[in-house]
Amino acid sequence: MQPQELLPHLFRTEYRKIAAVLCRLFGIEHIEIAEDIVSDTFLSATENWSLKGLPDNPTAWLYTVAKNKTKNYLKRDTIFKQKLLPEIKYTTDSTGEIEIDLSAKNIADSQLAMIFTVCNPVISAESQVALALNLLCGFGIQEITDAFLANKEVIYKRINRAKEKLKESEIRIQQPSLSEIGNRLETVLTTIYLLFSEGYYSTSQNVTLRRDLCTEAMRLNYLLIENPATNIPAVNALFALMCFHASRFEARANDHGEMILYEDQDELLWDRDLINKGIYYLNQASTGTSITKYHLEAGIAYWHTIKEDAAEKWENILQLYNSLLILEYSPIAALNRTFALAKANGKPAAIAEAEKLNLSSNHFYYSLLGNLYTGIDNQKALGHYETAMNLATSANDKATMAGNVERLKNLQE
Amino acid sequence: MNEFLLVIHRDLKSKDASPSPEQMQAAIKPFQDWIGGIAAQNKLVGAPKRWDGDGRTIKQNTVINGPYAEIKESIGGLFIIRAEDYDEAVEIAKGCPILQWGATVEVRMAVPAV
Repeated sequence: MQPQELLPHLFRTEYRKIAAVLCRLFGIEHIEIAEDIVSDTFLSATENWSLKGLPDNPTAWLYTVAKNKTKNYLKRDTIFKQKLLPEIKYTTDSTGEIEIDLSAKNIADSQLAMIFTVCNPVISAESQVALALNLLCGFGIQEITDAFLANKEVIYKRINRAKEKLKESEIRIQQPSLSEIGNRLETVLTTIYLLFSEGYYSTSQNVTLRRDLCTEAMRLNYLLIENPATNIPAVNALFALMCFHASRFEARANDHGEMILYEDQDELLWDRDLINKGIYYLNQASTGTSITKYHLEAGIAYWHTIKEDAAEKWENILQLYNSLLILEYSPIAALNRTFALAKANGKPAAIAEAEKLNLSSNHFYYSLLGNLYTGIDNQKALGHYETAMNLATSANDKATMAGNVERLKNLQE
Repeated sequence: MNEFLLVIHRDLKSKDASPSPEQMQAAIKPFQDWIGGIAAQNKLVGAPKRWDGDGRTIKQNTVINGPYAEIKESIGGLFIIRAEDYDEAVEIAKGCPILQWGATVEVRMAVPAV
């Protein structure tokens, strides 16, 4: 690999590791210093490698340079030295030099500590997601802006406010104790799932970026699986869920980035390895006594990996949606449950239930009604699809709804 | 929106109780679908629990086989829903699939806290 190809790759994989170790070393009040040192390290790599060619071991080179820059910084900055040096957690070797520990274990521990720092309820969920992308995944402001289809200034402010808030609250960068993990993990899982959903359901046209978001969410989740203290059933269930969803990534959009509906997807494009991985982690999750929404959603996603419309499939999906709604209501679960009800108990039963849902501002509600009335009263179905098309806001949704209208019109001719 | 308690009473004790164990088995899916339907309207308050059939009944100066000996029906299940008024709560209660085997559903509105 040439430096110009290798560097972005290393930036993606190594930036966050070094940053996590340095952030934990310096504490929350000095994360910018940690970020500056890591950025500076990569800048040196860019200059140095283009002149002298690649070093034998680029990662080790980055680690050594980051360590030296940190040591120099600590020597140079007297204020930092006086105020902070007595407090910071560092180990010294025999020569009395500060040892910056970039071992695999310390990197993993630091990243885990950083996950718990970022996913702290003192900052809002959307700030947690943005900050996670920035601090834990090494995404730049521009990339985060693209992923959120937001304004660069908004994202910049959001991230800085979140950092300020963490500093004000004097959040310590450390792994929570075993007894704390139970409470704190829920927030962490919510943020990871939001991050994944941002990539999976985003209307951004940048497919590569969206896929990166999903991969990053899975990577963070996997860090929790690797650590025995956080490797609990809900963590495995969420990982299984993301594996099942991600298995359809290739099949769910065409070459123009337009969505392909589940029933029209080419099953051969589904990633069998990811499906098998999902099954493995769902089994891992099936211990203990508590069933979380991730278990139920992973179960639903599992049944969706079987393409044929078997009666058993839809009955299972319906019961899982029943349980999911009993646990926690959401409009999208209510709509999907009604779709499963139609498959399991027939369309007339589902229409009766759909009309009780009271979701008349939701375009998916009308597209569900359109689907349920198709074959029963096509004129009504068409009306519902048209309402859905008018209510949809994103171009992608509008296109999907227009496709439904078109399909039904062709059916009638 | 008000909260309503739905209490399902059914015969748990008689030898020829209706619903029979087989009927109860057959009722699992319709029952889950009924509760799921209430939850899908966001009208379920808390997840229904399953209650055992063992139970204890306490009275002052307990007399076994007291006046309640004549009453065959016990509580089979109970949970809380949200509804505008009694009309709506009763409409929801009518969906209980065990009614067809002789169960009764008692509907009680929670007195709003003042």
